[in-house]
Amino acid sequence: MEAIEVDNLTKRYGGSTAVDSISFKVEEGEIFGFLGPNGSGKSTTIRMLTGIIKPDGGTAVIMGHDIKKDAIRAKQAMGVVPEMSNAYVELSAWNNLMLMGELYGVPKRDREERAKELLKQFGLYDRKESPARGFSKGMKQRLILCMALINQPSVLVLDEPTSGLDVESSRLIKDVIRELNRAGTTVFLTTHNMEDASQLCERIAIINRGVIAAIDRPEGLKQAAAFQSIELSFNRTVFAEDLSNFSCVKEVKKMGDKFRLYVEDVDLTMDCIMDYARSHDLKIVALNTLAPSLEDIFVSLTHKNKPGED
Amino acid sequence: MHQLEQLQRSFVVARKDVWIYYAKGPVMVFGLIFPLFLLMAFTIGRNMTVKDLFPGLMGMAIFFTSTAVGPAILPWEARSKTLERLVSSPVEVWALLLGDVFASFVFGLLISIIPLAIAILMGVDVLYLMVFGSGMILATFCFASLSILLSVYPPTDVPATVMMLSSLVRFPLVFISGVFIPVEEMPDWARTIASASPLTYFIDLARYSTTGISYYSIPTDLGVLTALALLFLVVSIKLHERFLPQRLS
Ligand SMILES: Nc1ncnc2c1ncn2[C@@H]1O[C@H](COP(=O)(O)OP(=O)(O)OP(=O)(O)O)[C@@H](O)[C@H]1O
Ligand SMILES: [Mg+2]
Repeated sequence: MEAIEVDNLTKRYGGSTAVDSISFKVEEGEIFGFLGPNGSGKSTTIRMLTGIIKPDGGTAVIMGHDIKKDAIRAKQAMGVVPEMSNAYVELSAWNNLMLMGELYGVPKRDREERAKELLKQFGLYDRKESPARGFSKGMKQRLILCMALINQPSVLVLDEPTSGLDVESSRLIKDVIRELNRAGTTVFLTTHNMEDASQLCERIAIINRGVIAAIDRPEGLKQAAAFQSIELSFNRTVFAEDLSNFSCVKEVKKMGDKFRLYVEDVDLTMDCIMDYARSHDLKIVALNTLAPSLEDIFVSLTHKNKPGED
Repeated sequence: MHQLEQLQRSFVVARKDVWIYYAKGPVMVFGLIFPLFLLMAFTIGRNMTVKDLFPGLMGMAIFFTSTAVGPAILPWEARSKTLERLVSSPVEVWALLLGDVFASFVFGLLISIIPLAIAILMGVDVLYLMVFGSGMILATFCFASLSILLSVYPPTDVPATVMMLSSLVRFPLVFISGVFIPVEEMPDWARTIASASPLTYFIDLARYSTTGISYYSIPTDLGVLTALALLFLVVSIKLHERFLPQRLS
């Protein structure tokens, strides 16, 4: 069974379409990432999946429960970390968890046991009696994640779970996501961070202007890109225009004392570079060929410009 | 089974409201001071006995306390970024709102016991306890439902806006409800207006409970309060279902 099945899901705001009949499936036990620029419709999609806003068209099914017809069951199967959300700052960490547990109908014994485990796992157990008001941003985010996990959800939905957090907090959260996933939880997350996406996700959907531009495994996306890049540095300064005149170079980007050339054929470009260096009496100081990063692919798919332009 | 489970969750919501919104100092102080302030404002320098004033004062106390915080709950939750998480939990909108109504109900009822106790100590005799008790419970529930209705529009996340707009409804409603002029002594036009206010029917009941005189029949008073409570509840659930998503952006 698919954990999440989305079919032609659409949301309009006034005249503009925030999410334009997107379709995708997330397998049970998968970590699925939603990657897209600001305003591309990531949060809108998540809000439809979690029953916060009603779609204008299409369907979404969570663990076999339709979000329109069977909203409560669908919600019951999910743990949610919204993009901008907060715990009740007046309540202690413990009471926030108890409240959530009760809203999900988790029996008292279970929710107390589970809350204890979660707070320990997230390093908040010492502060369980303090009101959430005094928590730092990272602590709050960890508490919100605990709140999302109190009902032992089969599907965990996270909207930018690590944005604005320091390395330690975001690593803790990523580790927990992986651990949960190993134990069988399906994870659906959005992020801006390519690194996070390629480290965490088994599959990634790239969304732009409400439309899915590509869905694949991170490595698959990289292979599908029809370009590679060469990083190059000479012993003297040269003009970028000279390099972009090479026939097989699509784009040149100056990065400090280096150039990044986006090319279709590495072998052919090498010849051009050698000729150029020889005829201008230049020495090559460094030369690397690079596979396209996820960022390159992301930019090329979402900007519909030449790669490397941003 | 499903409905029962949802009802249970609405109690959880109500308890959260009580913890968070009512346990705040200013709200409690307001709830305690306000009825006493009203009592003084209307008795000092007036040639009326506490017994004459009792129905109107009780009505105002219940009305103001049970509508004090209700309108601000949803805007406040939207503002503090807790609403989205709450709406994504498996609680139906009706259960969520019913929870807010319960919280307002409990607050209104508990606080109104204070002026009631003072009035009884000052010699007001409640002759028909059953009528008064059921009237008080129904009226408090009715006003609590109204308080949730008052926060429907605009779907804002600014509590002050909603409080101001709700005051625009709450204060005029008190003035048309025959707080100190019995309904039968009103001119026809005022009587027609008064009949549109739920508060009128509670004051009528309170007057009956202490003096044995009422303008409407007791079943009418109780019936109208019940009907209006249900109406406010149903309408506010329908409207909130529609406008709630707009509060979240
Ligand atoms: N409540 C709303 N009313 C009107 N327009 C909205 C509303 N919510 C979202 N939009 C529009 O829908 C589009 C998608 O927004 P959304 O929040 O889903 O983007 P996002 O991918 O989550 O962006 P970000 O990375 O900035 O979080 C945007 O153009 C936004 O302006
Ligand atoms: Mg977003």
